[in-house]
Amino acid sequence: MPSSLDRPPVSPPPGRAIRGSPDLPPPGAPRRIGYVYVLPALLVYGTFAVVPLLHAGWLSFFSWDGVSAPTWVGAENYQQLVADPQLQGAFLHSLVLIVFYSLLPVAIGLLLAASLSRLPIRGLTVFRTILFLPQVIPMVALAVVWRLIYAPDGPLNQILGTLGLGSLGHPWLGDFVWALPAIGAVGTWVMYGLAMVLFLAGIQKIPSSLYDAARVDGAGPLREFFAVTLPGLRNEIVVALVLTMVAALRNFDLVYVMTRGGPGNATDVPALEVYIRAFQVGDVGSAAAVGTTLAVIIFALVIVVQRLVEERLT
Amino acid sequence: MRLRFEQGVTYTVLLLFCAVAVAPLLGILVVALGGGAHFDNFVGAWNAGDLGTGLRNSVVITTTVVVASAVLSVLSGYALGTMRFRGDTLIFAVFLIGVVMPFEAPIVPLYYDLRAFGLTDSYWGVILPDTALSVAFGTFWMRAFFLSTPVSLIEAARIDGASSRATLQHILLPLARPHLLTLMVLVFMWTWNDFLLSLVMLSNPSIQTLPLKLAVFQGRYVTDVSSLASGAVIVMLPVVLVYIILQRHFMRGALSGALKL
Repeated sequence: MPSSLDRPPVSPPPGRAIRGSPDLPPPGAPRRIGYVYVLPALLVYGTFAVVPLLHAGWLSFFSWDGVSAPTWVGAENYQQLVADPQLQGAFLHSLVLIVFYSLLPVAIGLLLAASLSRLPIRGLTVFRTILFLPQVIPMVALAVVWRLIYAPDGPLNQILGTLGLGSLGHPWLGDFVWALPAIGAVGTWVMYGLAMVLFLAGIQKIPSSLYDAARVDGAGPLREFFAVTLPGLRNEIVVALVLTMVAALRNFDLVYVMTRGGPGNATDVPALEVYIRAFQVGDVGSAAAVGTTLAVIIFALVIVVQRLVEERLT
Repeated sequence: MRLRFEQGVTYTVLLLFCAVAVAPLLGILVVALGGGAHFDNFVGAWNAGDLGTGLRNSVVITTTVVVASAVLSVLSGYALGTMRFRGDTLIFAVFLIGVVMPFEAPIVPLYYDLRAFGLTDSYWGVILPDTALSVAFGTFWMRAFFLSTPVSLIEAARIDGASSRATLQHILLPLARPHLLTLMVLVFMWTWNDFLLSLVMLSNPSIQTLPLKLAVFQGRYVTDVSSLASGAVIVMLPVVLVYIILQRHFMRGALSGALKL
């Protein structure tokens, strides 16, 4: 049977409204069938993401060991968040990690942007592929790699020894002062490629006439950077800052595999506290409070930054 | 003169940072190979770390999540990108929350709720939450594509009497292919690299994923450098291979996915 027989008449004659016939309104007009298409995704997402998120917020007002009946404690878990030095330390470490995960990579990326000539770069794809590589590798594998590098008899200390700087050597991850910066440095190493790739893409969108104008005005490389490159990359800088800050705040895999928060609590972070409290020491309410606080911080960060970008666009 | 000098600086900086990016990875490969082209260390790590089991579990979980979230995202993105119905903006806003939602909060009740249904220590314990989060981004991603398709195309199909399903299946989906592939590549990477969710949900060694196997292995063989290096290389290899083959999609996803913020 030719399929054209199944079709309703093509475009009804003008002026004749066909009531009850299957003439559907055009796209953009209300269509209830949309619910049918949205429903499966909404069900899965709602059940396994939204409801648990709300449930976490609810749980954060209880004291619960995960086994017996939960007891309502009001805001106590949040008061603990402010009072407990261990939790304070964890959030403070996140701030330190933001310097390493976010500020340093963006600074390095800008250094690259500043040194770029206006000529097209040969092999740009290859450069981008290599720079972006650490981004795609499982953090657990990177943690294993860097744990070996930082080992007391590992390559880092060996290189320092060869350079005659053996006195600078440390058992990096076992050192109360150096363990956190050592983990942070891995974050810098993972993230600078992301910043560079973003800025490489962004800088190509800056009209070269702006650079020509700056040169005609006699601007040196420094003024050119501050007058043309930096404003032109503002969007990309903001995006890089958000992505890397969120990664710094959520850091779990690296810390879990490299130090488990040690030595002492020197590398403890909020996500690790969530894991330990919820699944190891049975303080589920407190874990939910830490997790909820982390989520609120991240949502707030994203909203603030989005506002900043929009303000610029309008 | 100035241009040539500047170009030299550009390449020097690029080469320097590329070298820093790959040096640790090449170093680990050299250690894993044990200074020669023999693969004893890999065989040793493969057996001692039970990495074969991990690979199988990672493949099962990742494939399911990629396929499921692709199907669900196409359907919901199609509705939100081409149709109007009551509550559509609200529904989209709810999906947007998932794009930036950190998993550290929902994972706490999720574990206890799924355990009550006997879903922890099963593939579903990882597949369902991973799909849920991927669908949030996927809906956002596919909606953007469907919004960008010309309205006239959909109208023409409707005038020809095509149902909404036929319009999607025969007209829009073929056009959506590159966009959909980028989405699948991103979901593959996120699911393959996931650690926290697997760590919480999967305690039975027979269903643990590859990254989890590596973490367990490294806890047990702290001092065996060459085996650890081999294990790390085995865990990296699949995702690096896919990355090299589909590099364009990773980059496009990362760049435009990032700009969604």
